[in-house]
Amino acid sequence: MIRVLKYVALDILKNKIIIAYAVILALFSWSTFSLEDNADKGILSLLSIILMTVPLMSVLFSTIYIYNSSEFIELLASHPVKRSAIWKAIFAGLAGSLVLAFLFGVGLPLLLFAGTGTALIMIAAGSLLSVIFLSLAFLSNMLTRDKARGIGIALMLWLYFVLLFDGIVLFLFFQFSEYPVEKPAVILSGLNPVDLCRILILLRLDVSAMMGYTGAVFKQSFGTSWGLMISFLLLGLWVIIPFLISLVRFKRKDL
Amino acid sequence: MIEAKNISKRFGKFLALDNLGLKLESGECVALIGPNGCGKTTFIKAVLGMVLPSEGQILFDGKDIRGGNEYRRRIGYMPQIGRYPENMTVRQVIEMIKGIRGNSQEPDDELYRHFEIEKILTKKMRTLSGGTTQKVSATLAFMFRPDVLILDEPTAGLDPLAAEILKEKIIQARQRGCLVLITSHLLSELEEMVSQVVFMQEGRMLLHKTVAELKQATGQHTIAKSVIHLLKEGRQ
Repeated sequence: MIRVLKYVALDILKNKIIIAYAVILALFSWSTFSLEDNADKGILSLLSIILMTVPLMSVLFSTIYIYNSSEFIELLASHPVKRSAIWKAIFAGLAGSLVLAFLFGVGLPLLLFAGTGTALIMIAAGSLLSVIFLSLAFLSNMLTRDKARGIGIALMLWLYFVLLFDGIVLFLFFQFSEYPVEKPAVILSGLNPVDLCRILILLRLDVSAMMGYTGAVFKQSFGTSWGLMISFLLLGLWVIIPFLISLVRFKRKDL
Repeated sequence: MIEAKNISKRFGKFLALDNLGLKLESGECVALIGPNGCGKTTFIKAVLGMVLPSEGQILFDGKDIRGGNEYRRRIGYMPQIGRYPENMTVRQVIEMIKGIRGNSQEPDDELYRHFEIEKILTKKMRTLSGGTTQKVSATLAFMFRPDVLILDEPTAGLDPLAAEILKEKIIQARQRGCLVLITSHLLSELEEMVSQVVFMQEGRMLLHKTVAELKQATGQHTIAKSVIHLLKEGRQ
């Protein structure tokens, strides 16, 4: 796998888009922190970047990259290389470069301007979201052979997790507002990695008080170290499960 | 050396390979012929593990190919349409395959020299013509001195000079004990190379004979005429 990874990494580097992505993230982060004298405000604008742009970039770039790698995959498949090694190498190459770009662009300024605890949580959330949406990109690639459809599916997934899901949850909240909805709300948010990250970060920022009673329940469930561990476990599952499904399907795919 | 045991492959409703059984021994040069879409390329891809048969198994040296990928180290494959990463240069592709294979053996650079690959090393794969891509494919297939050569329409798109060089190389490979599996529609070209003929139609193997047997059975003097005889018979 390492031998294949070398060529994937070289190819992504040559592509230069990831480098541009890192630079743009860095420009944005540095300018928000230097414009705002209050670091917390800067953190809030970075939060929206982490929750919206990072997943979008990750899922879109990866999906297109995987589709464009079909020749590369075909070429290697006729040589003594394990199929799973090819798939894992592409995953590792993309994950490595997306996370590195994020660490350079957002992680570094965060460590410098925000409190260490908050910074670390945000860095972990952003890195995990990068890899989770990469994993979803692998899944959407295995769902269809057609490139346009694959990219469409990837975008739908992004829309669903970033926008639609919240809408559905909000709708349910209003419909069932007469019932105790806090517990189901906690469980529901565990089903969406973006929400999970948002809650984790907001709890760190102590703005959860603004979320009323629900916020208090969130604080109770996610604020403890147990809650934190379970949240990261859930996020980890979001990385592993879609990728494993795609891996199983890739091994059986006709090239 | 390669044995296919009752393999079938379905693509949706379409049956590309239908209960195909075939045994190929080293030292032979086998021509795989049949009308378009009869499953030749699917069979080749199945041997390479790129297409997984729905039923049956393929043995390489007595071992099921699903057991590992190391057997591919002994195969040189030249695809019908070489698909390469578009942005890579010829040099990068060759270096990459060398790196992936990691052979300690001195590579066979005869085709590399004869096809003058050196002149196009810095060109991107995307910019190469069909024939030039075929030259790169051929060079890669022979480079690692494989025991088995699988050539899918090797001379299609090559200029006469290059085709001649490749033919020489194929004959040479067979003489040193290689198993060569070759598909082609240019029947006259096969004449000087092949020792056995496998004829396929609609995913089934219709016959597997040595060239002498084939000529005798059809009462013709050349492979080309024998095959045309078979095709006409098949249509009736």
